[in-house]
Amino acid sequence: MIYQGKQKIWSDYQKEIPDNHWFYVRSCIRQSFFPASERYFLNICRDLLGKDIYETEHHTTCGGIAYHSDTIPQETAMTIVARQFALMKEAGYKNLVTSCITSFGNYTEILETWREFPELEARIRENLWKACRREFDKPEYLAHASDLVYKFRHEIASKAKYNLVDHMTGEPLRVVEHIGCHYSKMFPHKGVGGAEYPCVLSGMVDSWGGQVIDYPERRHCCGFGFRQYLVKANRGYSIANTHKKFESMEPYHPDMIITNCPGCPYFLDRWQYVISEMEGKTYGRNGYGIPVFTYEEVAGLVLGFDPWDLGLQMHQVAVEPLLEKMGVPYNPKTKYLGLNGKEIMKPGLPTVLKCC
Amino acid sequence: MMDFGFSISPSSTMNLDKVDLTLYDRLCSIEPDARKCMACGSCSATCTAGPWTGMSVRKVLLDIQRGKDKEAAAMLKGCMLCGKCTMVCPRGINTRHLILSLCRIYGEDAK
Amino acid sequence: MKDNIVIVGGGIAGMEAARQLLLLGYKPILVEKSDHLGGHVADWHCLFPDMTPAQDVVKGLVEQIKDANIFLETEVSFINRMKMGYNVMFSNGVNVICKAILLATGFDLFEASRKEEYGYGIYDQVMTNRDLERWFNTGDDKRITGKDIKKIGFVHCVGSRDVKAGNQQCSKVCCITAIKQAMEMKERFPDAEVYCFYMDLRLFGKKYEDFYIKAQMESGVHFIRGRVSEVSENMQGQVIIKTEDTLSGKPAKITLDLLVLMAGIVCNKQAVQTASMVQVQTDSDGFLKSKDNILNIIETGSKGVFLAGTATGAKTIPETAAEARAAALAIHNYLVAQS
Repeated sequence: MIYQGKQKIWSDYQKEIPDNHWFYVRSCIRQSFFPASERYFLNICRDLLGKDIYETEHHTTCGGIAYHSDTIPQETAMTIVARQFALMKEAGYKNLVTSCITSFGNYTEILETWREFPELEARIRENLWKACRREFDKPEYLAHASDLVYKFRHEIASKAKYNLVDHMTGEPLRVVEHIGCHYSKMFPHKGVGGAEYPCVLSGMVDSWGGQVIDYPERRHCCGFGFRQYLVKANRGYSIANTHKKFESMEPYHPDMIITNCPGCPYFLDRWQYVISEMEGKTYGRNGYGIPVFTYEEVAGLVLGFDPWDLGLQMHQVAVEPLLEKMGVPYNPKTKYLGLNGKEIMKPGLPTVLKCC
Repeated sequence: MMDFGFSISPSSTMNLDKVDLTLYDRLCSIEPDARKCMACGSCSATCTAGPWTGMSVRKVLLDIQRGKDKEAAAMLKGCMLCGKCTMVCPRGINTRHLILSLCRIYGEDAK
Repeated sequence: MKDNIVIVGGGIAGMEAARQLLLLGYKPILVEKSDHLGGHVADWHCLFPDMTPAQDVVKGLVEQIKDANIFLETEVSFINRMKMGYNVMFSNGVNVICKAILLATGFDLFEASRKEEYGYGIYDQVMTNRDLERWFNTGDDKRITGKDIKKIGFVHCVGSRDVKAGNQQCSKVCCITAIKQAMEMKERFPDAEVYCFYMDLRLFGKKYEDFYIKAQMESGVHFIRGRVSEVSENMQGQVIIKTEDTLSGKPAKITLDLLVLMAGIVCNKQAVQTASMVQVQTDSDGFLKSKDNILNIIETGSKGVFLAGTATGAKTIPETAAEARAAALAIHNYLVAQS
């Protein structure tokens, strides 16, 4: 592998990311999958980096899930998105940052479609006005939240309490990075580093001390694929894709996986349990799985936030072996205590996959 | 093992690293012209048995090149040895002879 | 002393045209931007269909054009149109007034790294057709030298027939080059399995089909019909490619020790700039525009400006040489008519 070759490609796909004043739109599903990720993104941006990031309780889904599941036409999704743009205009912001990769892809696709078909944009303006008497401006800049964390990765590194390093040996952790398909596969120039060798996550891993693994199925979809998972009859090939990725990364013995999509970490995490129950196979060391994180969770760990405050107890695959490797302290007794100190119930243990 | 109501779908991807070319090499050693096929399909288009049995000399050769010996053997059973494929082959492959040679190899293996 | 003629480009087309013009009694001025004559062919090892050493072809031509005025490492800085011809300024400071200009500016080899999914410049064991010819010539390439090469793949149509890469046209010579190189590799690595991944095999030229049959019969090259979609690297540093075996109708993957990309012929961007100085436009395929694509490929819309070789599209060496001779004759006829 020739690292300089990748750097050359990255230099062709640098996107302009303004460093302040963002209007933030959350994901539909991430708050239940990874309950602390969005909150810690806002905390890191506001408290640690002193940025102005605004969000409003009036924003809704972008319609991406319904669009990608073939349950609403694109014009409906466009009108929903137009309403978010109207909320942004009303709040006085011009830069939009999305938490979800599919939202990012949806917004990008809509803006590109309007650029090609201005008459469609005019119709959506009319739809929005008829529906809720709102008017919108298109964002000047559109970014995914991982673009911002990528942009601020060095600042985060300079404030790091822990690195992506085995604290006993000093060896860098071996990290698999997985990019959501909707980040740049549709519009390679809208993603940091393009679509074949995106560097939005590998850049974070590099700055925080880890070593990125480029394994043969690196570019492959996690398998979620909306319709593939949502229809039970199709789940066999949803999990087959995930299985294919794990089989491909297994020989590299990854310590962890970092992701920037709502669906990918969920499926890469939960399917490890399902594969272990179906096939009796696990991919981590000593019967554990390979822990899967959102980039906000990884940033949070690096910055020294408590693992349970970061919501890592909600993962299927146990994170404790990784915390120990990084030298991050944790209290097993408080793992299943909620923010108010009350028990939030313990999950049952799988038969094969080792959990703590 | 737990029943989830679905299982990991098998992949249709052909792993060419694992193709066993023993039969193909044996065939080529007695029928070197087997290598000449350019997959034009004239043999299959004209095959007397093809439309009713799925027989196709092109596919038989392709299957053997991909290590699918059983599929090739099954297909060969449809051949009526009429020789029409030999007449149309633009590369001059004696397909009828090739089929007989293949049958001989399969016959030897069956012993 | 007859009229001045400027030939831009010292590849096969420029040299063959210069040779003919010398025979016709002219003393052409040939400018070449690199430090040697021969163009892309000078980098090649052997040529289809008779495995003629490329050096013999280049040397033979160089020998025969010694009497021309040749400026190496020289480019055209600007060209001004005058009443009876052109005033051409070269980068070496020489200024020439000429009646005819021949654009024999050739082609660029497609930059294979632009097909990002093939990993040229990223994965260790990926090379181009040109890299392989260089290895045939020098025996020195860390991708091959001293390596245990057991499986080799050739990818046809890299940057050709590819609208997304900006090149819709077929590069013509890559199919036969891939087969030639596949056979040459099989000779050097007799135990290796060699695969060609193609969309169509376009073997139009003299004895090309013979080459194909020979590759099948004698070299046992495996031809798999399908475009390679993605290349990745495994832990051993080998490459894994994904393609569809379209004849089986199934996706396929294979691990290879060496992958050779058949980088295609694309228009020479610098030539487009030079041509614009004499109001010669580009055709819809991006190559220089002839007056007519059937019977008058040599002339352009500009008086006294002629074209030869791959400046107008992908060509073989014999085609290029034939065109260069036609261009020399057209220039001669033009100059005769002028006087």
